[in-house]
Amino acid sequence: MRTLAGVEDEDKWLAEGIAGIQHNAFFMHRALDANNLREVLKYSALMLSELRTSKLSPQKYYDLYMRAFDQLRQLEIFFKDESRHGLPVVDLYELVQHAGNILPRMYLLCTVGSVYIKSKQAPSKDVLKDLVEMCRGVQHPIRGLFLRSYLAQVSRDKLPEIGSDYEGDANTVMDAVEFVLQNFTEMNKLWVRIQHQGPGTVREKQEKERNELRDLVGKNLHVLGQIEGVDLEMYKETVLPRVLEQVVNCKDKLAQYYLMECIIQVFPDEYHLQTLEALLAACTQLMPTVDTKIVLTQLMDRLSNYAASSPDVLHEFLQVEAFAKLSNAIGKVIDTQLEMPIVGAMTLFVSLLTFTLRVHPDRLDYVDQVLGACVVKLSSVPKLEDARAMKQVVALLSAPLEKYSDIVTALTLSNYPRVMDHLDDGTNKVMAMLIIQSIMKTDSCISTADKVEVLFELIKGLIKDLDETNAEELDEEDFQEEQNSVARLIHMLDNEEPEEMLKIICVVRRHLMTGGPRRLPFTVPPLVFSAVRLVRQLESQGGDIAGEDVPATPRKIFQILNQTIEVLSSVPCPELALRLYLQCAEAASDCDLEPVAYEFFTQAFILYEEEIADSKAQVTAIHLIVGTLQRINVFGIENRDTLTHKATGYSARLLKKPDQCRAVYACSHLFWVDDPDGIKDGERVLLCLRRALRIANAAQQMASATRGSSGPVTLFVEILNKYIYFFEKGNPHITPSDIQSLIELINNEMQSDNGNTTIHSDPFFTSTLRYIRFIKQKGGLMGERYDPIKL
Amino acid sequence: MVLVLALGDLHVPHRAADLPPKFKSMLVPGKIQHIICTGNLCIKEIHDYLKTICPDLHIVRGEFDEDARYPENKTLTIGQFKLGLCHGHQVIPWGDLDSLAMLQRQLGVDILVTGHTHQFTAYKHEGGVVINPGSATGAYSSINQDVNPSFVLMDIDGFRAVVYVYELIDGEVKVDKIEFKKPPTTNSAP
Repeated sequence: MRTLAGVEDEDKWLAEGIAGIQHNAFFMHRALDANNLREVLKYSALMLSELRTSKLSPQKYYDLYMRAFDQLRQLEIFFKDESRHGLPVVDLYELVQHAGNILPRMYLLCTVGSVYIKSKQAPSKDVLKDLVEMCRGVQHPIRGLFLRSYLAQVSRDKLPEIGSDYEGDANTVMDAVEFVLQNFTEMNKLWVRIQHQGPGTVREKQEKERNELRDLVGKNLHVLGQIEGVDLEMYKETVLPRVLEQVVNCKDKLAQYYLMECIIQVFPDEYHLQTLEALLAACTQLMPTVDTKIVLTQLMDRLSNYAASSPDVLHEFLQVEAFAKLSNAIGKVIDTQLEMPIVGAMTLFVSLLTFTLRVHPDRLDYVDQVLGACVVKLSSVPKLEDARAMKQVVALLSAPLEKYSDIVTALTLSNYPRVMDHLDDGTNKVMAMLIIQSIMKTDSCISTADKVEVLFELIKGLIKDLDETNAEELDEEDFQEEQNSVARLIHMLDNEEPEEMLKIICVVRRHLMTGGPRRLPFTVPPLVFSAVRLVRQLESQGGDIAGEDVPATPRKIFQILNQTIEVLSSVPCPELALRLYLQCAEAASDCDLEPVAYEFFTQAFILYEEEIADSKAQVTAIHLIVGTLQRINVFGIENRDTLTHKATGYSARLLKKPDQCRAVYACSHLFWVDDPDGIKDGERVLLCLRRALRIANAAQQMASATRGSSGPVTLFVEILNKYIYFFEKGNPHITPSDIQSLIELINNEMQSDNGNTTIHSDPFFTSTLRYIRFIKQKGGLMGERYDPIKL
Repeated sequence: MVLVLALGDLHVPHRAADLPPKFKSMLVPGKIQHIICTGNLCIKEIHDYLKTICPDLHIVRGEFDEDARYPENKTLTIGQFKLGLCHGHQVIPWGDLDSLAMLQRQLGVDILVTGHTHQFTAYKHEGGVVINPGSATGAYSSINQDVNPSFVLMDIDGFRAVVYVYELIDGEVKVDKIEFKKPPTTNSAP
């Protein structure tokens, strides 16, 4: 018996064995050349005796075996040629059985046996049966395994399979199958027994060595797969049951795993489908240490590919109820293999789901069932912490998104959110982002409030702080990306029906309001614009003329908007809130809702007065206030006066003089709207422009006081342009002489500025004068009006 | 020959999820030499996206842009043309051609590009052009009721500029063309 031996010792023993083979082979060849049968048998037996060693590892023994194998081929050629040895093959078959030792005897017998079958002097099935039975005489695992491997090899082309020379009469394909099955069974037993050979201390090495021998056993399954004439019936009734029986009964982890893999690889897909029950039953009976999930995964992958190969095969899957069978088997495996880590179970669910999506894409109930089974498993374990398992769950949840290219489908899966609940916060967010991206990519529209509700439940990790979220851990850039994704998503929630759309907006609002001050600046603006879009739609359909009992009215939406933006102003985010109030004010004006528009303006003004302190922000805010107010036509005189008065007041109180000046002349447009029925208060326009001029003067003086020279004339030129604007619009209070004197004023300013007589060096002024010249030259009514102005 | 892409008022993610896919497939890297953007992107992702189309990117600040580094207005010279860029919310009344003409004189530019109204326009005005590329996403606007996504491509060759406007109407991209030649006189002071 082989014991712990050094590599050097083994090498030595191998070398000795090879030398023995070569030595005897030399004499065997001499005998072959001399056609001396007696000597041939003697030396070949001696040569084969070298294979009796127990000292070598499987690897080394294989080396030795191959040397002998080469020689046996020469021997076979000799046996075939009766003229060389003079004996009929029947007699030869008897003669070699006189060899003294069983191992050489069996090798010789197999060699002659192969010649015997080939000669067709005996039915192949009898010879094969004889040989496979007699090999039982060798029970040493490694020696027996190689002997039977030899038998398998020499008999491979002599099996009575359909279409071969050896089939017919009493020899049927069944005999071929029977022979291979028997050899397989015996080989597997020997292979399994190797592990009982050495001391337990070398178990690991031994398993490795044993693993190297697996293909000798597996070869038989390949042969079974290749035998012509093994039809589904025979496979189902004989081949598979016998193979599985051996697999289950051997109770060996290595053998079971390897052989199951072999079965799945070797036999055709349609056979697997038709024998699914037997295969899966075997899977559930494997040793608990066998990695059944890989076996099942391979099986499902093969079946999925088969299903994808042609639509014609799909009915077969339905016929055998493949999904139910697989689902049951997986459930059983997960239930019984308590040792299986959670990642293993998740991997199985992913494979089953992949199978389901490929084979039964129309069966959402199946998909949900898989997710449901996953929930049950996840609920049975403590909080999921294994990163690999988490990855599998993400894969599980991503699969339906990819398959259906329509998130709405995933939304109808009741177990989908339950699976998501088992993710940790970080992974939950990753998944939520994947969902949003999937919606964006497929341009899917979520069109009912119920679906929106489900969707927001799914992505709640992005919508609000979950319990354990530690705000400091969040990366600012990631956070922004997430919130911007949510903002984009809001535009995908849409319904043509105003009532449903309002419901959607309310659902979204309820969820978003839980987001806290960090999220609201991202999420409120898209919600506001979604709502004003709805207002516009209602308004274009005739507003709320149907009366107050209609659920979706602009008035009602404006209430919601007011409350929503108010939240934003307390975040605080006053600049954004002001902009949104102004957008709403204009929308309200379009709906002819004066009090509502006034209220929005009031809110905007309060923010301006109380919250916006930065001078640059004030300038922009004034531009927006004046720009919006200028366009609004809903206000009656009183309200309009109040608001314009306020706006001009703010303008005149800006910090920097140039900003003041510009804001004030912009306010002139509040009194002159260039529409047929727009306000045209020429006098107040002029007042504004004069006020702007005074401020420009003051700015100029301040500049000379602080810098010793007056500033550029830009402000004056800007005001000149405003004069020109209103002059052309026909404001009777702006006269050509006003323009003339303003031009002179600018000329003087520039002269005093330069302290010499250089004139017209300001490009803006130059181009303004060029414009006047251009209009004068062009003539016509407008040109004539410019006549009094001399340049 | 130089291709200049002019676009703006995308308002992502406030008012739109993204650019229309049809526009995205048209705007491929390597064909455009300059981008001028009238602002209101509003987020960095859009800035980065525009950079991938063409690294020479000029942006002015819209009232919804967070990035305070964008200037209020900007001028640049391409070919024989001086271009001016401004979002336009500063020019009251909004979208008013005569008021924009004043800004054009102030900046001393041949072509003034502004936004804010979400309505494509191109006017020849006193020897210059005032262009508004509209909103590239077709974003909601309080100023205009029906907004179609649009952008402008300018082919500038010496003294000649051809302005192509691409507008997405009912899912189809429509192209319009306006030619403009710079009169040599506008370049010289009187």
